[in-house]
Amino acid sequence: MKKLLTAALSAALFASTAQAQQLNFDDPAEFARQREMLTAKANGPEGEPWVQYYGDQMADTAKYKKEGPYTICFSNAGVNNAWRVTGWTNMQAEVKLHPEIKELIHVDAEGSDDKQISDIDDLINGGKCSVLIVSPNTTAALTPAVEKACAKLPVIVFDRGVNTKCPVTFIHPVGGYGFGIQAGEFVAATAPAGANVLMLRIVPGVDVLETRASAAKRIFKEKGLNVIGEEFTEGDNAKTKSIVEDYLQRGSIDAIWMDAGATAVAALEAFEDSSLPLPIITGEDQQDFLMKWKAEGFKAIAPTYPTYQWRTPIIAAVKVLKGEAVPGPEWVMPQPAITAETLDLYVNDKMPPLHHAMCGCEKLPDYPAAWGGQ
Amino acid sequence: MIQETVDSAKVPGAARGGRLPKINPVFFVLAALLVAITLSNPNFVEPMGYMNFLKRAAPLAILAAGQIYVIVSGGFDLSVGSVITLTVVGSSMLLNNNADAAWWVIPVMYAVGLAVGVVNGLVVSYLRVPSLIATLGMMITLNGAAFMWSSGSPRGYLPDTFRFFGRVNIQGIPLIQFLPVALLVLIVVGIGLFWLMHRTNLGRLLHAIGDNPRAAQMSGVPLERVRIIAFVVSSLSAVTAGILLGGFAGVSTDVGVGYELQAITACVIGGAQLLGGRGSVPASIAGALTLTAIFTLLNFIGLPKPVRDVVQGVILIVAVVLATYRRNRAGRT
Repeated sequence: MKKLLTAALSAALFASTAQAQQLNFDDPAEFARQREMLTAKANGPEGEPWVQYYGDQMADTAKYKKEGPYTICFSNAGVNNAWRVTGWTNMQAEVKLHPEIKELIHVDAEGSDDKQISDIDDLINGGKCSVLIVSPNTTAALTPAVEKACAKLPVIVFDRGVNTKCPVTFIHPVGGYGFGIQAGEFVAATAPAGANVLMLRIVPGVDVLETRASAAKRIFKEKGLNVIGEEFTEGDNAKTKSIVEDYLQRGSIDAIWMDAGATAVAALEAFEDSSLPLPIITGEDQQDFLMKWKAEGFKAIAPTYPTYQWRTPIIAAVKVLKGEAVPGPEWVMPQPAITAETLDLYVNDKMPPLHHAMCGCEKLPDYPAAWGGQ
Repeated sequence: MIQETVDSAKVPGAARGGRLPKINPVFFVLAALLVAITLSNPNFVEPMGYMNFLKRAAPLAILAAGQIYVIVSGGFDLSVGSVITLTVVGSSMLLNNNADAAWWVIPVMYAVGLAVGVVNGLVVSYLRVPSLIATLGMMITLNGAAFMWSSGSPRGYLPDTFRFFGRVNIQGIPLIQFLPVALLVLIVVGIGLFWLMHRTNLGRLLHAIGDNPRAAQMSGVPLERVRIIAFVVSSLSAVTAGILLGGFAGVSTDVGVGYELQAITACVIGGAQLLGGRGSVPASIAGALTLTAIFTLLNFIGLPKPVRDVVQGVILIVAVVLATYRRNRAGRT
């Protein structure tokens, strides 16, 4: 099934090459901007990064002011991976903190552009929504649907973007370059010059992932590291482990760089099963990786694409409906990385292995049961 | 280079074809691929090389050996991938970090597999739903069930007791140094399924109903019962593959995705006839090894991903052409 999908996707990609050529995933200016932001101080309350923001540009929302109670509509790209599961749980819990919200209507597009476009149509035509939150499945396909929605009601976009400025605000963490920079710089600083780096990526063609890879490659090139391969794992543990085993048979690997750390433990097990010392590795904030990191003490960093960003659209929606200004047209929030020094703050053996630690959910209602913890 | 090696396999295969039409060309293709892998990476002849290969191929090989039962009887089982996912996700939920629970969790998963196979068989036999649709429905249902059960984020790790079958290597074996438990499982299951298919009456009945269901029924074959057994064998092999895959790589919510098509492809490479009546367990296992060898070879050569996909597709087609060629020859004799 995955093969078929890949074939269909590549055909679609091929058909849209003209458009693909316009996309630039290796933009030095954006690279520099995000690198700066990683160390900059954000506005907003200390310790609550989901309401923090960079810059001081605000969007005026006086025209959307409305009496409560509110119905918030959410068109979700899908809950098809562990990251989105954690995020969606965050969002539902955040709603419980706002008594002025009467209802949260959630429609799940199950990873399909077509379904999400008709979902958005249905939500607009239903006439119940006070505000629409969209987490787009893909950028280009959802742009017209979002533009259509903007004409009818206030729209808030988060996670992945769309090619239009019509939403009230677009909520996201620093970005793909930032992730790639955090991971790439750690490897470059820890490994000796000329070390062998294997790059493991999930899938090609997604902007936030492409920029992660291009940022890391830029750094590896500058520091003279040897990239021995760039492989797509499709987020599959077994495939990841097989790829790493094959590379280990061909030669030594000093470091593994990953654009998404869900399969980091499988990559490490390939070393264990070959009785080799564990490499330098970049993972993500998934509990199974953090637990292993703590237990084995290898050299690692876990950049995050924090799931706490799922709380922010609800907070923003309530502000917009009350006519209060929100950061806009973009609400850029911090994107911390977990390091050996901060690891202990995030490891939690009471949470399931696929839970994402950077959820900012510890004080939300029903924690930890709603997230599957004990 | 790959093309050359495949061609060179074809030549002896064809030459011998005249005298020994019974040797399935899949074994030549497999041998050629293994030679090509060794040439591209001499380390492959070390135990670490070929044992890792066999360990990795074991789940697919077992799955193909089960799938061939359904294919021979004239159907498809598309639900095996979701049975794998359900096995891994369900086991991690039931185990809940308790290493001592593996002894009852594994039988529970086999019971689930048995139930899935029986339902598939009943729906196909008595409700007359084509197997393609019945098992597609089952696939969607089971994927949904796995998701509902775990909310997409399974609780608990798979403890080492459970991962024993898919991950552990028994050390200190003379000559080969070590032996993966997964390979032992493959050998035991493979021999069992070979015996059942080629040495018992059930095997003959399976071939009969796949070849001509009407004729088989007229001659008193219990069509429904045989079909149900075929689906049960396939589901149980999927549970076994799931236990090995979960053991190999740990919990993952989409571990079974794509395996149904890979298993069917492996059977076809092994010379099975898609509409039933022809196929063998050893050839299907060889087909699965061939498929894994293609993936491994292309990993070793280090071609860019798009080129690799093209080459992979071409090799697959060549392998199936060879299988069909052999079938046609055998059909004439």
